[in-house]
Amino acid sequence: MSVSTDEIHDVQPDDSASTLWKDYVAKIRGGDVGSLPAILGLVVLVVAFSLLRPETFTKAFNFGNLIQQSAGVTIIAMGLVFVLLLGEIDLAAGYTAGVSAAVTSVLISNHGWPAAAAIVLGLLTGTAIGIFHGLIVSRLGIPSFVVTLSTFLALQGVLLTFIGEKGSVSAGDFIAKLNSDNLPIWLGWVLAVVLVAAYALMTFANNRRRRGNGLTSEPDVLWALKSASLAVLVFLVVLYLSIERSPNANIKSIKGVPISLVIIIGLALVLSLVLGRTRWGSHVYAVGGNAEAARRAGINVKMVQLSCFMMCSTVAAVGGMMLASYSGGVNNVSGGGQTLLYAVGAAVIGGTSLFGGKGRVVDALIGGTVVAVIQNGMGLMNQPDSRKYIVTGLVLLVAASVDAISRRRAASTGRV
Amino acid sequence: MSSGEPLLELRGVQKTFGAVHVLRGVDLTVRPGRVTALVGDNGAGKSTLIKGIAGIYPFDEGDYRFEGSEVHVKSPRDSNALGIEVVYQDLALCDNLDVVHNMYLGREVTKNGLVDEDAMESRARETLDGLSVRTLKSVRTRVASLSGGQRQTVAIARAVLWNSKVVILDEPTAALGVAQTEQVLKLVRRLADRGLGVVLISHNLNDVFEVADDIAVLYLGQMVAQVDAASTTRDRIVTAITTGELNKGDAA
Repeated sequence: MSVSTDEIHDVQPDDSASTLWKDYVAKIRGGDVGSLPAILGLVVLVVAFSLLRPETFTKAFNFGNLIQQSAGVTIIAMGLVFVLLLGEIDLAAGYTAGVSAAVTSVLISNHGWPAAAAIVLGLLTGTAIGIFHGLIVSRLGIPSFVVTLSTFLALQGVLLTFIGEKGSVSAGDFIAKLNSDNLPIWLGWVLAVVLVAAYALMTFANNRRRRGNGLTSEPDVLWALKSASLAVLVFLVVLYLSIERSPNANIKSIKGVPISLVIIIGLALVLSLVLGRTRWGSHVYAVGGNAEAARRAGINVKMVQLSCFMMCSTVAAVGGMMLASYSGGVNNVSGGGQTLLYAVGAAVIGGTSLFGGKGRVVDALIGGTVVAVIQNGMGLMNQPDSRKYIVTGLVLLVAASVDAISRRRAASTGRV
Repeated sequence: MSSGEPLLELRGVQKTFGAVHVLRGVDLTVRPGRVTALVGDNGAGKSTLIKGIAGIYPFDEGDYRFEGSEVHVKSPRDSNALGIEVVYQDLALCDNLDVVHNMYLGREVTKNGLVDEDAMESRARETLDGLSVRTLKSVRTRVASLSGGQRQTVAIARAVLWNSKVVILDEPTAALGVAQTEQVLKLVRRLADRGLGVVLISHNLNDVFEVADDIAVLYLGQMVAQVDAASTTRDRIVTAITTGELNKGDAA
């Protein structure tokens, strides 16, 4: 068929920097704020605590400590993103972490298993719990809130059974090192350079290819700016972490990038790839956006639900290992208390919608950092737990409100 | 306008839901390059007829011929394999996804195990350009921020993307304003001009007479007639829809 030329006036890719900026502003104004509020909030918090407690908050020691404190909750939050994307919830993720870590710890301490095998079995415990949740939610259609509330209770009992009379089980040396040891300084730098170079090269190649295919791509200026910012950020973090940060270096030297940071970033990259670039990931977003449309398009909705719960619980088990490592073992409240609430809070504060269909793994990372900074900073200000809980609760409420308001805004500005 | 051999032919199809006899021996012919409007009052059996064609509720009896040969369509997958796509009234789009991902919903293209965004974007753009769609600024826009007409366009483009031969549109203009209705009707016309067989279900006779080549009138589960749009009038069709007799209006 013939197409008159005046009918196609906008197929030319317009990718000048000013257009991209205008599009970005329009996107934000349209209610698609992403993790912008969390990043702004994080900056405000860091500046505030740095001014209020310059002698402790900004110390390299505290920086390393903050990463290790937040590791468990942040990783559990990354897993929760998968179920939140479907508009579901996993209230048992905290105790899933606890029980999985308990399995690993009991196998190591009481049965003399090698650490690797015990960890694998611990992770599989998480997977099994996830399959159980997924099957009940997808086959019986019981709301995930109720299903995971029941397992939340039941898993506490399972945890008590595993831990037994003594009240705690040691997780062994290997696990303990995961979230307390640091990489040699040179290895930290190597990983930092690899990370930055990989980002710069891959995005550059991607832009070149898209331009070759006549698709829109970011201008080179923007690419350079992004790559340079990442390089500065990563190198500053590594530089800061490479300083001797032990309060008493003669007894024990603490320097280098914490192993837990590498685990967090590595896991975030892998999960982002799975969610953002695979067919399965696309289907997760589709089911979260409109389950009926996904079903009619031939997507196996039940399978997507099942696999998301499985993913959430397996990642929670990884988080459990980090929790066990931080406290040196598992006790009868591991993964309990505020763990789950902080993890859900982290995902939502980072910009993952509770209504489903919107969110990224990196949201959990940003949100987890916000939660950790609040805890850490208020702790340094000698605030009692009561105030920490109140402030964290209020921040979560603000984040959920941002989510709800941006949805309404998207709905009202969205349809012309 | 080419009329050629029929793409889709139904002869004497029957459908019963329990005690209700919804389709009582319906005939329908869909030719390539022509828009066949399917009209009829509420409860006439329009929806049941298209759900039968799509394989959602397979027909109980009757011949179902596609491109001249007898076929058995028992599920939506069967009809998709033949090249029949249905655009439902609710469009079935995911608001949180962009235009490209909606067009490829459930059929994403992969390369080395990863979704091939570039190939999908290029082909989505080509398909939209091929349909002379000029209302979409970027195929990376989320569907949530599109207007009703644009959403309809995306849903129709999705149906065309898969080299389909027959596209069935269920009330595509029902929720649209005047300008958007015009756009969608032009798009419907272009589909037919590309050689597809188009079935248009509509309550709006203005739309029907603007775009249809053939008009098929259903009345209480029976096909009153399938006539050339140029050879009939609006009044006759209204009479046929309400009384079930095509030429009754002539007497008055």
